[in-house]
Amino acid sequence: MAPTRPQTEQEKFGRHRPLTDRDAHEINRIEELSYDLKVREVMASKIITTSPDVPVSSVLDLLRANRISGVPVVADANLLGVISLEDVVRALQKNELAMPVRNYMTTQLVTVNTFDSIMKAIKAFNEKRLGRLPVIDEHHKLAGIITKGDINRGFLLALERDYKEEEVRRYRASHLFEDIISDRTTLVLRYNIKVGDFNNGGNASSHIKRALLRLGADQQLARRCGIAAYEAEMNLIIHTNNGGILKLEVEPHRISLITTDDGPGIADTQKAQQPGFSTATDKVREMGFGAGMGLVNIQRCVDKMELDSTPGKGTRLTMRIVVPPETLNSKKGSS
Amino acid sequence: MNLQTIVDRLQLTVLTEPRNLSNITPQGGYTSDLLSCVMAGAKSGNIWVTLQAHMNIIAVAAMLDVAAVIITENAQLEEAVIAKANEQNVILLSTPKRSYEVCGNLWEMNIR
Repeated sequence: MAPTRPQTEQEKFGRHRPLTDRDAHEINRIEELSYDLKVREVMASKIITTSPDVPVSSVLDLLRANRISGVPVVADANLLGVISLEDVVRALQKNELAMPVRNYMTTQLVTVNTFDSIMKAIKAFNEKRLGRLPVIDEHHKLAGIITKGDINRGFLLALERDYKEEEVRRYRASHLFEDIISDRTTLVLRYNIKVGDFNNGGNASSHIKRALLRLGADQQLARRCGIAAYEAEMNLIIHTNNGGILKLEVEPHRISLITTDDGPGIADTQKAQQPGFSTATDKVREMGFGAGMGLVNIQRCVDKMELDSTPGKGTRLTMRIVVPPETLNSKKGSS
Repeated sequence: MNLQTIVDRLQLTVLTEPRNLSNITPQGGYTSDLLSCVMAGAKSGNIWVTLQAHMNIIAVAAMLDVAAVIITENAQLEEAVIAKANEQNVILLSTPKRSYEVCGNLWEMNIR
């Protein structure tokens, strides 16, 4: 077969592909969880046990009936040992299935405590190559059993909880306008935009888009506002003397985006709105700006745009978007 | 046609973190190096072909929810740009080919 396919990351770097920031973020979260989550939260607490005084043959039945390969041996809830299939086989070889469990159980045990972080359990699994660990509570009594599967499940549930938290945030935000009663409720978000800060260009508008989605705006509305905010934000970065302020005002029926700056101002605001008209420098154009389409794009995305400018003083750009009824309400908010 | 097939056929290099590309189906494409034109012209789910490689393409790609960005002529990206793309869930692909050729290939593959 012709090797037309580019190498995968794994082929290129083996198991040690360089970590991206996102990997690092996700690993950090799992690592965090490894310390945050306690053994008690993920262990199985309904466990099958046996007594030290019953014959080994009864353990064989227990293992078979429950399809497990070992059980803790317990007296008065104290953990005495573990008897596994291997121990039963040893008894079988000697024809001693009638002997009590205490003669064949393993007593040298690796255990973890209920209050340990699951990191401790993970370490024990890796170092001792064990499949399961008995869990002991603060009174040295057997409290449960933990397996690698329990740990995986614990991680997944915790990550799902993270996800739900975002859902809850979104739900709460989307009810903002219902829950807070006033004659006129306005949510104002203000962003300070630095001149020449291309590296952070688009950050404010992406925050605006996310805020609107959380407030219950649909994708279409959030996108329109996002694009308008982006163009206005870039204008502050590219064209102002000292940067400016990008402000979002959300009301149940209307969204306003307003930028203000203190110069240099626009000599001819009509000309500035013509498609293709640009005063951007070559350096800025090289980065793909200065198409002379910024204000044109804004106009396309918003319902009303006003450009006020005084040369030498500054510019104020007001953009208004009508919110369709029920958009920023409970109806669509939670989905 | 899914993004993995496109990556394989055009021999694109995936710059952002590996993820399952076979469940992403790009809908059409757009090419321009002028960001405002992209803002106006590219649709959500498009493949965006450009030789711009600086930080601001990420904000544009994220805002528009494009399926992926193909950066042509092996334009070099800074680490920070790739990191930002990962953070914003933007897929960056790279090729030594020119934008013209890439668009031609995509068109032939019925990405229209």
